[in-house]
Formats: sequence, C-alpha cells, structure tokens
Amino acid sequence: MPDPHTPPARSSLAPLVLILAVILGAAAVFAYTAGWFSPQRLTPDKIVGALAPPTGPALGYRRNHAKGICFTGVFESNGAGAELSRAHVFMRGQYPVVGRFNLGTPNPDAPDATVRVRGLGLQITTPDGQEWRTAMIDPPIFPVATPEHFYALLTASKSKDPNAMKTFVAAHPEFAAFGAWASSAPFNASYAEERFNSLNSFIFIDAAGTERAVRWSLLPTVQPMPIPHDELAKQAPDFLEQEITERVAKGPVSWNLHVTVANPGDPTNDPTRAWPEDRRTVEVGTLVVQRIEPERDGPCREINFDPTVLPSGIHTSDDPFPAARSSAYRRSYDLRTAEARYYPRTAPSAPSAKP
Amino acid sequence: MNVYQQRFTPLQQLLHWVMAACVLAMLFIGVGMVSSTEPKYLRLISIHVSLGITVLVLALIRLAVRLRYGAPPLPADMPAGMKTAARVSHYLLYIFMISMPLVGWAMLSTADYPIVLFGSVRLPAILSQSDGLHTFFLRLHITVAFLFFALILLHVGAALMHALIRRDGVFQTMVPAGRAARSHASDGRRVERA
Repeated sequence: MPDPHTPPARSSLAPLVLILAVILGAAAVFAYTAGWFSPQRLTPDKIVGALAPPTGPALGYRRNHAKGICFTGVFESNGAGAELSRAHVFMRGQYPVVGRFNLGTPNPDAPDATVRVRGLGLQITTPDGQEWRTAMIDPPIFPVATPEHFYALLTASKSKDPNAMKTFVAAHPEFAAFGAWASSAPFNASYAEERFNSLNSFIFIDAAGTERAVRWSLLPTVQPMPIPHDELAKQAPDFLEQEITERVAKGPVSWNLHVTVANPGDPTNDPTRAWPEDRRTVEVGTLVVQRIEPERDGPCREINFDPTVLPSGIHTSDDPFPAARSSAYRRSYDLRTAEARYYPRTAPSAPSAKP
Repeated sequence: MNVYQQRFTPLQQLLHWVMAACVLAMLFIGVGMVSSTEPKYLRLISIHVSLGITVLVLALIRLAVRLRYGAPPLPADMPAGMKTAARVSHYLLYIFMISMPLVGWAMLSTADYPIVLFGSVRLPAILSQSDGLHTFFLRLHITVAFLFFALILLHVGAALMHALIRRDGVFQTMVPAGRAARSHASDGRRVERA
C-alpha cells in the first residue's frame, strides 16, 4: 500500500515539540484555574481551616456553629410579602419548616453561656418543590465587611502575636460596632427571646419583575429575660437546649418574620452597616416552632443551611457574603459527611466510631 | 466504499466539536469554582450544573448517532497497540461523558441540594440524602474529573500526532470535508481507497 504523499516518520522534532507544548500549556492553564499558582486566593478551605480551634476541628460536625439542636414546625405566611416577592412562600398559607438553633462556635461541646453569637438556621419548603434556606444570627450587624476581612479576623483572633487583634481592629474601624455589641449586649435566657437577623442583603422580585433590596429578621414574641452577668457562669452547659426543649414541649413558640426594604443608596454590599430605623418593614408571617429534637438523630443534621438556596422570587444581591458562605458551608458539609463515623449518632444503624 | 466511512458524519462532527467546548468549559469551571469564595462562585456553580446536564443529553444523542453511523475505520497500517489504545480511549471518553453528569447529579442529590438548571428548571433528586454516598460520589466526581482531563490531553496529543506526524487522515475524519480537502489534499486513505 504505497502512499507517495505520506512521508515516512520524520526525524524533525518540531511537530513533537509543538504537541508537547499544547499539552503542557493546557495542563498549566488547568492548574492555574484550580488556583495552584495562586496561594493568595481566598479558598473555602482557608476559611474553614481558619475557623478550627487550635486543637483542630471537631470531626463530623459543622465547622462553625457546631453546637445546635433541631426543630420542626411551620411558617404561617400572612400574604403580605407577596407584594414584595413572587416566591410561593409569601402566598398566604402554612409551609413546613426544619430548622436549627445553634451557637457560633466550632466546638460542639462549648458551654452555652460561653458563646456570644447565637444563630437560627431555617429551611422552608413550599408545595411547588422550592426551598428557602437561611441562616441568621443575633447580633444587629456583622463584624466585618468582606469575606477577606472575615478571614483576617479569624487569623488575628487565633494569632500568637498579642497585638494581632489590636492591629486588626485599628485597620478595620467598622469592627467597633460589633465589638460594642459583643461587650455590652445581654445574654438572654432562651433562644425564644432572641431576635435573629439575616444581616446579608438579598433581592426580592415581585410579580411585575420589580427588584428590591431587602434584609430580614425573626422577632421574638417572648419578652427577653437577660441573665445577670454574675449568674452566667452558673448556667448548666446545655441550658439553652434544655430550656427550649422544655418550653416547646409545653406549647409552640413563635417569631414574626419582618422584611426590611432598602431605600435607594442604602448599603447592600456591607453587612457591618445597619440601615436606618425608619426603613419600610413588612411583617410577612410567623415562624411557629412545634417540636424540638436533639441534633443527633434530628432532621436538621443533614441540612446545609446554605443561604443561597433560594426560591424563585429571591436572589442574591451585591453583598459578597452569601457566595462566600455558600462555598465555605459546602466545604464544611463535604468534610463532615466524609467524617460521619466520628459523629456520635445514636441510631442503631449508625456505624460505631473508629479511633 | 460509502463516503461516510471516510469521515464522521457532519452531525457527528458537530456533536464532537460542540461537546469538546462544553466538556472543556465544564472541567475548567469545575476546578476553578471549588477553590473560589468570590461572588462569581454562585454563577459558576449554576453554569456547571446546567452545562453538565446539557453534556449528558448531548452524550446520549451522540452515543445513539455513533451506534447508527459508526466510525471510519482506522488506517490499516496503524500498529495494533495504537489501535487498541484508540478504541479503549474512545470507550473511556464516552463512559466519562455520560457518567460525570450522573455522578454530579447523585452527589448533589445525596447532599440534599436542589438541582436547578438555567435558573428555573428543577430536576428531581435521583437519590436521597446520605453522608456515605455523598462522600463516595464527591470523591468519584473529583477523581474522574482529573482522569477525564488527562484523557482529553492524551486525545488531543494523539489527534495532533495523526495530523502532524503520521499524516494518515485520521485527524481529517473529524473536520468538515471542504476544509480538509483544502488543507490536506493528500488524505492518505482517500488515495488508498480511490
């Protein structure tokens, strides 16, 4: 089968070099995209790693807000939110919820009274199959303005350099408002007494397609009963979990969901800056907590309360946090599910913990 | 000899090049997004999921088209080992194209994440939440992604070797006839079978 047009294998190296260059070049671009040449990139691994206490993370647990207790109940929508967002959840009706009261600590065994920030994770499911997940906390503003500053704060707070926090606070004056709240706000006696805030801004889209920047809060319906400072240390390690379990066993506990609409020009990309008090606020419904279950075998353990899981009618804004939270929460979820054998489940089917 | 056996059919060529772009985009977006905490992270994930299901649909169509039309035979003078490598690598490419989206879908399902395409279409979960299965599918997705990319590099290297060194017409089977005729008047096999 002679083929006069096909030259025999040529000795020229040029085509080989070209092929090799194409392959190595593509591999290098791939590695660059993966961030292997960008050690300064703020990755979810960095954030999750910086959250770990000096002794290392609690295996099998969320990497932050590691201590928590599950609840189930309903969201009773009063229909008033339908004017702001076309999401089904704002149509008048009752929608099932799964949630989690939690403490802002990477340590699942932290005594309740030692943790400053308290949180509430919530998942509301509507009949159209959509979900709204949100994770809120009780401070009125966030300590830092960007995910990069959050990482710097975590790094400074863990630093062995005694001046690290001073340096951080000096470089980030916006931290002062959170610092003032943290040092002066009372510790309430119950999760039921807490106000939980989205802090991050999101966009609501109404039926006509109009977009509005909003933040939301769950307002307690129970009068706050601050614990006197000198009695804090006397509280049982799990007093908040015991209290809410006993309270809900006697009857449902509720919060009212308030949606605050930004005025043009209000800061939506900076959760350290509260919006003025006079902003339009709509009460859109009531969260009714009907049942408390320990996290171990409860329905909230398996949920990643990723704040970017939103129904059609809500989307993220120019606030940089929800994307960073989503990325870091996902990493935390991947880690803890891979470590599931370390988590002390009590279900008989659970595999025994290995050393 | 049927002319379609000299080249892949135009439909096969179209599917090949469209999917080449999609799969490369998938791999680059995937490896980039998992190391990002920037606002673009959400957009990248959403594109990755939508494009992944698109690749699955295209790959199934392509498999059907391949079974219907077949492929041009490899040159008779290609060493047996090289032919085997070509066949195995093409089987693997099909397996990866079809399994990667399914593994991703299973990975999201077992983590109880909603699966939303193009911002509005919701796919059902194909499995229920499971820590163990999520971990298994996540690791499989990552491992196969790197194997897939390595295989694509090999595939590109082999294609360029056929085009630049062996010049045996194999590369031309995947480019439209007009262009190949212009750039490569000396298509080995066409001469052989004329």
